[in-house]
Amino acid sequence: MEQVITHQHPHRDDEASKMGMWLFLFTELLLFGGLFLVFSIYRYMNQKAFAAGGHELDVFIGTVNTIILITSSMTIAVSIAAIQQDKKKLSISLMVLTIFLAIIFLINKYFEWAHKFEHGLAPGTDSFLHLPKGEALFFLLYFFMTGLHALHVIAGSVFIGVIIFKVKNGTINSTNFVQHENAGLYWHLVDIIWIFLFPLFYLVH
Amino acid sequence: MSKERVALPTRGFFENKTKKGISSWIFTTDHKRIALLYLYSIAFFFLSAAILGILMKIELIAPGKTIMNASTYNKTFTLHGVIMIFLFIIPGIPAVFGNFILPLIIGAEDVAFPRINLLSWYFYVGGAILALSTLFFGEGTADTGWTFYAPYSVRTGTNVTQAVLAAFILGFSSILTGLNFLTTIHRMRAKGMDWFKMPLFVWATYATAWIQILATPVIGITLLMIVAERTLGIGLFDPSLGGDPILYQHLFWIYSHPAVYIMILPAMGVISEIIPVFTRRRIFGYKAIAYSSLAIAFVGYLVWGHHMFTAGMSGPSRVIFSILTFLVSIPSAVKIFNWLATMYKGSIDMQPPMLYAMGFIFLFMIGGLTGLLLGALATDTHLTDTAFVVGHFHYVMFGGTGFGFFAAMHYWFPKIYGRMYNIKRAKSAFWVIFVGFNILYFPMLIMGIMGLPRRYYDYLPQFQPLEILSTVGSWILFTGLIIMLVNIIKGMKSGLPAGDNPWKGTTLEWQTSSPPILENFKIMPEVTEGPYEYDNIK
Repeated sequence: MEQVITHQHPHRDDEASKMGMWLFLFTELLLFGGLFLVFSIYRYMNQKAFAAGGHELDVFIGTVNTIILITSSMTIAVSIAAIQQDKKKLSISLMVLTIFLAIIFLINKYFEWAHKFEHGLAPGTDSFLHLPKGEALFFLLYFFMTGLHALHVIAGSVFIGVIIFKVKNGTINSTNFVQHENAGLYWHLVDIIWIFLFPLFYLVH
Repeated sequence: MSKERVALPTRGFFENKTKKGISSWIFTTDHKRIALLYLYSIAFFFLSAAILGILMKIELIAPGKTIMNASTYNKTFTLHGVIMIFLFIIPGIPAVFGNFILPLIIGAEDVAFPRINLLSWYFYVGGAILALSTLFFGEGTADTGWTFYAPYSVRTGTNVTQAVLAAFILGFSSILTGLNFLTTIHRMRAKGMDWFKMPLFVWATYATAWIQILATPVIGITLLMIVAERTLGIGLFDPSLGGDPILYQHLFWIYSHPAVYIMILPAMGVISEIIPVFTRRRIFGYKAIAYSSLAIAFVGYLVWGHHMFTAGMSGPSRVIFSILTFLVSIPSAVKIFNWLATMYKGSIDMQPPMLYAMGFIFLFMIGGLTGLLLGALATDTHLTDTAFVVGHFHYVMFGGTGFGFFAAMHYWFPKIYGRMYNIKRAKSAFWVIFVGFNILYFPMLIMGIMGLPRRYYDYLPQFQPLEILSTVGSWILFTGLIIMLVNIIKGMKSGLPAGDNPWKGTTLEWQTSSPPILENFKIMPEVTEGPYEYDNIK
């Protein structure tokens, strides 16, 4: 049997692109995994200081942000269901809503950080040297881990932005939506990492 | 010598009808062209770093300052290490021969994500430019060694931030390659090629790709922590803030030890392809070799502590890491014994690829056995941070992966270019390289046992005879490399047409034309038997 294959785009393989995405998510998990490892070791070494640090964080804003992110995970999931049923407009508005929620999340984060900076807790300043032993580590990890997470929120929003564009011009439609699903997977990852960050920093005392 | 240049029957993928000139290369998504982009950039960096190595050996020809001062020496060995590790050995075989051969050998028309493949080369070039840019401003290139140990890497005024970011970007390139190969192997094998009909090079690439994906992010985040400490003051390894510099070493080696297997496994895969072809025998212990690749990949994760026996670790953890280290030598030995058993009673044909494969086995065995001395707690305490470690490392990495790379180059060269290099000259180049290699590195093992520390630009006078010997070895080795390179380049341009299957291999890449056509195969191949059935070939 002779098969003629044009080189530019071998057959479409949705299974392969999903697999690639999952593998990429593994790498993201391990990226944060390194940080969770550092967190647990330093926490083990400085139990009390980490508990004291946790009390300094605002549980209310943390909770609000958690609710925001979980909701945004839902909106992106529903937008995928919408495109599968060919409801283009609904799908786009749900994705816009997702990005909107992401922006709210980042604004909350900004206020939280600014508040810490006002109290003199800015990395690179001498203020950390005067904190009780170990508390400095808690806040440095807090800034580093939530900062890296915020970068992922931004990256995920850009990803979804690209999908909005592609849904608009019809590249993504009810028969070809694997990229949309991949964007959803990425967004869920961003969500799940927050689900671990939130209790570790805000709740465990 | 001026023979007529014989035209090839087909120019294969070198012929491009839609794009012309350089843009047909740097915007290509063809895995074969991307492989060659990698090959030329990697060869360039290998030679640059080899020249740095020559300069270091010249500095060591006499005690005291010879051609450079201590701080220049520190920068030179750091740059040598960074280039060799991150720009040559880690991408090396996967990026060049993985890219070129993997789709052919499994009977696919390309990799699963051709555009991501090109992207990974862009990352590679970007990282390389960033790494080299450290030479030209501020206090120059990093002087920390390629390991970037905290706290020195945080305090030094040299351009560590750029070097570390370069390593981060190169890590990204490595991850994308791994991700691409895993998906390709899972999804794109030819009809009938089930897992245990895959050639062993594919198994090795598969295991490597898993390590690339699962280990590289850990170094990524560790290097970002160094950057954050240097630029933002997020001092997670700073003792004055309660941090622990030893934790950096742990995180670094959690990646960098598995990375050693990213470097060596593909080379083992190459050797497993070459030996059956040049002994005309089915590989002995196919499944054992396949599983041993996975075993090496798995156990390789659990041994990182052996880099830190003297850095401050509890007794029990040192013992455990030592035992695990010995354990990882078992699957490596399984491979060696299987290769030897394959050769037993085979009709061995000492063509250049086979010579390099033999060189690999010999040098890798010296490297492996000296590794046992470093894995044992008592001897390691004496040998750690001496020239012995340098010798061991070069026997494994250069004698192993480097020779594996050369073996692959000579083996697949006729497939890539459709021409053959001068076989006689290739053999003599091998012997010059092999002799030079041993004269260069074996004295290091002896000097290390005598107590010569590594990474010093100065030494006591009693080491001078061996240092001179070693330096002369570096010149011989370099001469051999030049002979090999010239021979390869000449073969590329004007070698005689090699035919589609000069070595009479049985794997799928030999079934298409040389050089392969753009779509790889005219008729997509189907597989009915294992990869090494020589009985059916005359």
